[in-house]
Amino acid sequence: MDNPNLAIADSNRQERETIVVRFAGDSGDGIQIIGGQLGLASALEGNDLATFPDYPSEVRAPTGSTFGVWAYQLHFGGRPIKTVGVEPDMLVALHPAALKTNLPLLRKGGIVLVDIGSFTKRNLKKAGYESSPLEDENLKDYQVFSPDMSKLTLESVAAIDLSKKDSLRSKNFWALGMVFWMFDRSLVNTCDWLRAKFIKTPLLADGNIAALKAGHAFGETIEASGDMAGYVVPSIVMESGVYRSVTGSETIAWGLAAAAELAERQLVFASYPITPSTPVLHHLAKLKDLGVVTFQAEDEIAAMGAAIGAAWAGAFGATASSGPGIALKQEAIALAVSAELPVVVVNTQRAGPSTGLPTKTEQSDLYQAVFGRHGDAPIPVLAARSPQDCFDCAIDAARIALTYMTPVILLTDGFIANASGPWQVPDMDALPKIDVRNHIETEGFHPMQRNPETLARVWPVPGTPGLEHRIGGIEKDFETGHISYDPKNHQKMTDIRSKKIDVISQLLAPLEVDLGEEGADVAVVTWGSTYGPASRAVTEMQANGHSVAHVHLRYLYPFAPNQHELMSTFKRILVPEMNTGQLITLMRNQLCPPVTGLSKITGRPFLIREIRAAILTELEAVK
Amino acid sequence: MKSNVDNAKPTVADFTSDQEVRWCPGCGDYSILKAVRKTMAEAGVLRENTVVISGIGCAARFPYYVDCYGFHTIHGRAPTIATGALLANPDLDVWIATGDGDALSIGGNHMMHILRRNVNCNIVLFNNAIYGLTKGQYSPTSRQNTISPSSPVGSLDSPLNATHLALGSGARFVARAVDNQQVQLASILKAAHEHKGASFVEVFQNCHVFNDHVFADFTARDKVADNQIQIENGEKLLYGSEKEKGLRLDPDTLELVACAAGEGVLRHNSTSRTLAMTLADMDAGRPVATGVLYNNPAPVYQNAVHEQIAMAKRRRKTRTIQDVMNEGYTWKV
Ligand code: SF4
Repeated sequence: MDNPNLAIADSNRQERETIVVRFAGDSGDGIQIIGGQLGLASALEGNDLATFPDYPSEVRAPTGSTFGVWAYQLHFGGRPIKTVGVEPDMLVALHPAALKTNLPLLRKGGIVLVDIGSFTKRNLKKAGYESSPLEDENLKDYQVFSPDMSKLTLESVAAIDLSKKDSLRSKNFWALGMVFWMFDRSLVNTCDWLRAKFIKTPLLADGNIAALKAGHAFGETIEASGDMAGYVVPSIVMESGVYRSVTGSETIAWGLAAAAELAERQLVFASYPITPSTPVLHHLAKLKDLGVVTFQAEDEIAAMGAAIGAAWAGAFGATASSGPGIALKQEAIALAVSAELPVVVVNTQRAGPSTGLPTKTEQSDLYQAVFGRHGDAPIPVLAARSPQDCFDCAIDAARIALTYMTPVILLTDGFIANASGPWQVPDMDALPKIDVRNHIETEGFHPMQRNPETLARVWPVPGTPGLEHRIGGIEKDFETGHISYDPKNHQKMTDIRSKKIDVISQLLAPLEVDLGEEGADVAVVTWGSTYGPASRAVTEMQANGHSVAHVHLRYLYPFAPNQHELMSTFKRILVPEMNTGQLITLMRNQLCPPVTGLSKITGRPFLIREIRAAILTELEAVK
Repeated sequence: MKSNVDNAKPTVADFTSDQEVRWCPGCGDYSILKAVRKTMAEAGVLRENTVVISGIGCAARFPYYVDCYGFHTIHGRAPTIATGALLANPDLDVWIATGDGDALSIGGNHMMHILRRNVNCNIVLFNNAIYGLTKGQYSPTSRQNTISPSSPVGSLDSPLNATHLALGSGARFVARAVDNQQVQLASILKAAHEHKGASFVEVFQNCHVFNDHVFADFTARDKVADNQIQIENGEKLLYGSEKEKGLRLDPDTLELVACAAGEGVLRHNSTSRTLAMTLADMDAGRPVATGVLYNNPAPVYQNAVHEQIAMAKRRRKTRTIQDVMNEGYTWKV
């Protein structure tokens, strides 16, 4: 929360530019649902926002256990929101274990809302508390509200004919009601949402609405008693348009489907379940009526093979996985390099190596994407920076793959895949078509014919009379497309594959400075989800009068054509990465000013202050 | 395949590419190539709809020699590429040429799954019980104690029964053939091609360079009659030079046992998986069964996939990706 006490609003509410709220409880507590509702309500109040679910790898851990705590964090406010926030201003903990595990994150002085009704001996013990933390020094640094939410929820729904179990399940909405009061959000939309969701079981809607209102009323009594007046958050002017909330998994899925529509080709999406990439398959499986074919393959290799087979037969082939799965696909990706077939491979990166921390985020598969194949097998590599950016990146990746007949890797990560934020729904009519035709000309045809400018191989699709041909992973003759063991030809074909990357580089959108000016003392250069915290850190440093710029890369291999030129204008470059310095290695292949890495491999995103501190050090070095 | 029939009947020459065949002279692969081309020509298929996909190994060179669409892919993965191609275009007439190492070792998983899904294609397994291309190591179908460069004192692994694997994976068409029994081979390939769904044909193929005569005990001219039983659906299970021997079911062991032709010989029923399993089980002491062991069609995977899509389209006629993105909760700024 920056600028506390910015202004005192009309009521006694304090104004805060941004607020971070964290909900925590059991997997069955509906944490994600109320988090989502607070997000929507905030968007409707004119806030920008970002959200992130933080869940354990256990599918259903025992209730009340510390290792089974689910959390959902939300950052909203009256300026562009680029991170999910560092230290929550408010923690809603539905049981002792949720308090125990999440309290250390909370800002000192922050607000704690707990359900005293859940603080039973048994639950305290499960959480590892010797005695109730409400009765000792544990919470002295915070503003604590500890109503008996369970009891109050039961009371609020007493008039509705619900079982005790169903009544108690409305507790999350009671808590949400209290949070709505705290930040002055309207209840109307959530009530509508509940009525629509429980259209077949209206009693459940009534119960949840009653609990929501009761929680809100509880807040009003606090206000009336003069203990506290809650907060207001200013709104921000967003570009006009239709908005919705999206996760990165949704935008990847829709981006691939949109690319298929722009290219007028059937999307064949083949993949194998792996955390945190799987939701892309779920989202695409719901689009059958759009002609999307999804295929849950027997393994990662089969998924890649099927995407390649589909591409060979004329479809838009795509697959998604995470690091360990991508490792299995690499042999086949090299076949797509050799046979020059267009496929998009999405890697939702997670903390590695091996199983690593499968639900935690990292950006450590850049080497794998760029260098991880056998042979000289260069392919373009792109990275998305946010859930919203995934849509554009998926189309961009598809456009490159289809235009140049090459596999493309698109990197996202567990954070981007699961985080959500408001997204201006794009207008499909405004997006340029992907104009790639099947080859049909039989005259002079051979399978390795290529466009002399783009170097793209022709796309002769089985089923086309007169173009019967054989291709494969064996080196092919440049002139005839027949298999060739000729040394000179292999040199030539290798050169062509590498030159294709140069051609692609020349046609990529030039790199621009995201924040600040060319020639700044220090440029912070980022890729992937490090965008958010770096952008905020640079904004803050600029506000303090420092000569700092932020440059964000979408194209990691090849780099944008002007990247070297742009980099050369800065005195020093700082590269924060959630790995041990992989982008730096790539950048050092181009001569550029001194580059310093800032590395973080904890499974958690960068904190803004960590980047600010590193920028300060770089600024010192300039002097 | 109906959509793939040419009116002016093509000839074997139409399916012969301009590439010089590079198998060792005398290799059993030649006769399989001949039989496949013949099957294509006789079925009158369109070259442009016909596809041969292979992995790696001697057998995997097959696509280069057939004048249609061909994809020589990577070791063991031909079923995956074929599945993808058929998802994109369900009407392609796909053949997979594979060897015992390719199909049963490195690609064993994919073989299992293409069979259980019942993807419409013809899988021809060139089983020579040896790795040819890498110069003679024992393979997953090599008999125990095979002497090879990687097993100088004999291999220890017990061999995989390819036909059992196919039946166990849920294949709906399973047959066995022998490379030099051209007439039977061609008729089996014809039946495999006519069968809608994954057709699995194991061909005992002689690699005379690295594993000569490995199947001679039931394929040699003087051994065929007594050590091989060529089965036909609906016909009695008879063998011997005068068809004087037969097989009957022992009710105690549920095994097929040899008997004289008159003694309650069983008739082959190619829709019985149990019988097919038992027939595929026979080795020493009983004749090796060749022919169509199992033929019991079921719905075709790629058709079902596209049927689901067609159904979804009928239900929601006009939805576009724009509509999808506009669905759910949106707000205007
Ligand atoms: S090595 Fe054996 S299987 Fe391979 S081509 Fe030669 S004879 Fe045929």
